[in-house]
Amino acid sequence: MSAATKAIEAGHIWTFPGGIHPPERKDRSNTTPIEVLPLAKQFIVPIKQHSGPVGDLLVAVGDNVKAGQPLTQVGINNALPVHAPTSGTVSAIGPGRIAHPSGLTDTVITIDADGNDEFYSFTPLADYTTLSRAELLDRIRQAGVAGLGGAGFPTAQKLALQRPLDYLIINGVECEPYISADDRLMREHAQTIIEGTEILLHIAGCEKALIAIEANKPEAIAAFEALLPNYPQLALRVVPTKYPSGGEKQLIQLLTGRQVPSRGLPIDVGLVMQNVGTAFAVAQAVLNGKPLIERVVTVTGDNIAKPGNYWVRIGTTVAELLNQCGFNPVADSKQEQRVIMGGPMMGFTLPDLDVPVVKITNCILVPSNQELAPAAEEMNCIRCGACADVCPAQLLPQQMQWLAKAKDYDGLEQQNLFDCIECGACAYVCPSEIPLVHYYRKAKAEIRNIAREKAKAEVARERFEARQERLEREKQERLERHRKAAEARKKAQAEAVAQGGDNPQDAVQAAIARAKARKAAQAAAAAKQNQEGDDE
Amino acid sequence: MTFKIAASPHTHQRRTTQQVMRWVYFALIPGVLAQTYFFGFGVYIQLALALLTAWVAEGLCMRMRGRPIGHAWQDHTAIVTAVLLAVSIPALAPWWIIVMGTAFAIVVVKHVYGGVGQNLFNPAMAGYVLLLVSFPVQMTSWPIPAELAQIQVSITDTINLIFTGFTSAGYNLEQLRMGIDGMTMATPLDSLRNDLNHQLTLTEALNKPIFGDIAGIGWAWVNLAFLAGGLVLIKQKIISWHIPGGLLVGLLVPSAIYWLFNPDQAITPMLHLLSGATMLGAFFIATDPVTAATSNKGRWVFGLLVGFIVFAIRTWGGYPDAVAFAVLLANMCVPIIDRYTQPVAYGHGGRS
Repeated sequence: MSAATKAIEAGHIWTFPGGIHPPERKDRSNTTPIEVLPLAKQFIVPIKQHSGPVGDLLVAVGDNVKAGQPLTQVGINNALPVHAPTSGTVSAIGPGRIAHPSGLTDTVITIDADGNDEFYSFTPLADYTTLSRAELLDRIRQAGVAGLGGAGFPTAQKLALQRPLDYLIINGVECEPYISADDRLMREHAQTIIEGTEILLHIAGCEKALIAIEANKPEAIAAFEALLPNYPQLALRVVPTKYPSGGEKQLIQLLTGRQVPSRGLPIDVGLVMQNVGTAFAVAQAVLNGKPLIERVVTVTGDNIAKPGNYWVRIGTTVAELLNQCGFNPVADSKQEQRVIMGGPMMGFTLPDLDVPVVKITNCILVPSNQELAPAAEEMNCIRCGACADVCPAQLLPQQMQWLAKAKDYDGLEQQNLFDCIECGACAYVCPSEIPLVHYYRKAKAEIRNIAREKAKAEVARERFEARQERLEREKQERLERHRKAAEARKKAQAEAVAQGGDNPQDAVQAAIARAKARKAAQAAAAAKQNQEGDDE
Repeated sequence: MTFKIAASPHTHQRRTTQQVMRWVYFALIPGVLAQTYFFGFGVYIQLALALLTAWVAEGLCMRMRGRPIGHAWQDHTAIVTAVLLAVSIPALAPWWIIVMGTAFAIVVVKHVYGGVGQNLFNPAMAGYVLLLVSFPVQMTSWPIPAELAQIQVSITDTINLIFTGFTSAGYNLEQLRMGIDGMTMATPLDSLRNDLNHQLTLTEALNKPIFGDIAGIGWAWVNLAFLAGGLVLIKQKIISWHIPGGLLVGLLVPSAIYWLFNPDQAITPMLHLLSGATMLGAFFIATDPVTAATSNKGRWVFGLLVGFIVFAIRTWGGYPDAVAFAVLLANMCVPIIDRYTQPVAYGHGGRS
């Protein structure tokens, strides 16, 4: 065992550069148990809630569905299905607003609840070790489990990679301020999370899991400490409270001292990471056959009367959720109220509330302008370097800011723009309140666009050149064909002549001779007439 | 119902540029007090003139550039420039010296290049160098420490000297700079380099009343006061230790080696550190973020470079002190320093 592995086994916690300590404000939502809210009357289920292809529709308008019934299927493109959140009738299928920073629309399935909340029949599994790896992966995929930590990557797909693994890391860090969904889930369902972790270990063919929790969650830590002695494959790691220690790359650095290579995956350094919520969903899917139709959502902020954590069915609209939690918008002007999906560091604002909660929604934050002051006017960069001091990726945010404003995309790539994880630490500390992350996102999108345009232009150029080549080739072939035909004709004639047949050339010569004779005769006749005329 | 759209992050730690700048000029207070104690009240008049000039120049520039004037005044960067220049020039220099220097710093060095954050050179030091090369006599006529002076200068005398060139009793600055021995007194560094150039040994050169115990009467304490203010800035994380650390190491190491090999021909390392503008330069001038290198490694290199140039000019150059020249020369090198000190980003093979 190498020294590095020994240190990992001994529970050594490394550090990562930079990071910040924003006010946590988690105690507003984490002191009460997770509550179940009354069911909504209508649900909006987007068919794409994960990264990757979408499944084909299994239902039509007017169909009756039950809670947990699949609405789309895995199909041939290995998509991730979505399920009905409750029993009722499919009332519409079509474009609808989804939770997206730009307020995009996508295909959504609208379900009018019948209020009975009847469940589809699920098949529980007594002993998961009797199933093969492929069958277990299929079970997870059929249940629609995607990473609940934020990116929504299909869990089965992540586990399907057949590569040697040193550790499975279960991420219960939840470093973003305000959010306490994972915290409450760990306190109340540590046993299920552990079961899910064991299943994940079994599928991944991995020996050991590290469960990481941030030091500011003593209750969750205690819950695991009480249970873990029975599970030798699992070890608890408490990481110091610092944002963004829950970022995948940062947590890997903290627990193992390794760095995920640029543009690589954790599996490249023998690791795979799953969120605690995902581990919970995997246990539900494998043991109970229950698909992912609800998740814990933190609803918090000064303008929420009843902040806390709630079991929310996927497809519940934010409007419905906020109604039930008591939403008091900023009094003076509604234009000033921000409704943030996600946390204050990385969440995005919603333009309106008719968007549904999806698999990756962990928080709805409705702050007053006092607790989270709106961004002030952007001032000039004074190159103070505070941003570089807090950057966990060791980038130079201010240099990137100048380059982004100058649209120097080569310079940005040289500054490793694409290693920016958009954690927002730089913008948080900027004394000039420059929205740095905003500039990086814009530049990234622009670079991707340019690459796409370039690829498109390349394809178009190739097609044009191929067409030119084909036309030229066809022309040459045509000419060649004509030449060959002419040759063949000549050859055939020559052969015919050789065999004593009529030479078409003779006919031509004969015709010329005839024409000449006729001309001569005409000339002779004319001369004769002239002579006769002279005689008269 | 529509809601406000904003880019993440939605929370900020609000230490504004103004607050940063305020810390900088508050941290200069100990140094200013020490200067007052040893060199009289002139520094306050210089400060007032510099601030007024900076305020007017900043306003005019913003107006001519068609930008909001309030913005520029609010960020307090002009205040820092003015204060740094005022404490750098001799306390009894005529009024037009500081007015010209400050106006040049704000108008040409700062706004011509695009205003705050865009300037290549440290405005205060560029202003200082303009004055030094244009008016060498006025810029090197430091008052002598009060305890050595024949004639004590009152506040009224100070005002009269700065605005008219004569005290009410009719003395001019040259007469006031006469010591008890009847000789005009230069600053410790100036006197020392002159004497060393005239083939005196260090022991002989140091045998003058201005040198006192450590590094020149007054100058050592002024430097220690600036050091104290600078340490406060580091403690408050307004500046990082890399530039001052680099500068002091870059000055101390070569000067110590040089001194060890020429013990009687070289300025002592102690004098290097505690005389002239060393501490002011290390903690307040070279640390100007706009014109310094950006990464910590780069800052360290930048500091070393400034320190070494200060040593080189003080030892072999034509000027007694060199902080301003050194800072400007290092400013020119910043792009190349930044180019070669870019930190290794996460996932690019660096070590944890």
